[in-house]
Amino acid sequence: MKFGIVINEGPYTHQSSDSALQFVKAALGKGHEIFRIFFYHDGVNNGTDLGVPPQDDRNLAKEWSELAEKHGLDLVVCIAAAQRRGMLDADEMKRHGKNASNLSKGFRISGLGQLIEAGIQADRLVTFGD
Amino acid sequence: METAEGVVKKFCYMNRKAPYGTIYALESLEVVLIAAAFDQDISLVFADDGVYQLTKDQDTDGIGMKNFSKTYSALGDYDINKIYVEKESLEERGLSVDDLQALTYEDEDDDWAEKNSLFVVGREELTALIDEQDVVLSF
Repeated sequence: MKFGIVINEGPYTHQSSDSALQFVKAALGKGHEIFRIFFYHDGVNNGTDLGVPPQDDRNLAKEWSELAEKHGLDLVVCIAAAQRRGMLDADEMKRHGKNASNLSKGFRISGLGQLIEAGIQADRLVTFGD
Repeated sequence: METAEGVVKKFCYMNRKAPYGTIYALESLEVVLIAAAFDQDISLVFADDGVYQLTKDQDTDGIGMKNFSKTYSALGDYDINKIYVEKESLEERGLSVDDLQALTYEDEDDDWAEKNSLFVVGREELTALIDEQDVVLSF
């Protein structure tokens, strides 16, 4: 089956990103396809490269990056939600005249159309949020 | 944006939270306005505290938030004309349809006659409506 994934909450305060990560790993393990993982609302904060969680805790952004690299996952951060919350890639940094970018490796910034497309293309769109 | 040609799915956008206090209502509306460009079969549902999103005469001057409630009345221009409000959610909050803004669209198949696009439905009817959707996004 082809899954689309939506993550609507940020890391650590909510468990939605953890649950999505476990779901994606399990789905891939069963041979399913992950069409796209779309980060919306505070979920965009999962893409920050600047988090430094304690060493005995999980590092969600790093786990997402590594999983994406291993399986060629498409991690998409909503541009409108990201701009509000200070999530920028190098291009957006330049475009808005900021002096830093913070998007983790393996994530890309794009529009809400990517979410709708995931709904159209995937057999199931699964939301992880509150 | 190109998608698989000819694929039309039933998309349902569930709005369950108050318009202010969290950003979910505003960012849900942003999704819906983008979604309208994709020629899919769109329904909007307002239930639980989400019914407050459609109340008329909203005034946000005192809280420093953008009043985006007028945007709902433009949904008809985006060909979004199936907007369902849960009856029980209204009643539980002491609201009736008279407290909500009127939502209409112009029917291009009927000489652009202005028609109602807001429907109050009971919880059981809503359950059946959600059941027949292909994609449900809950905000």
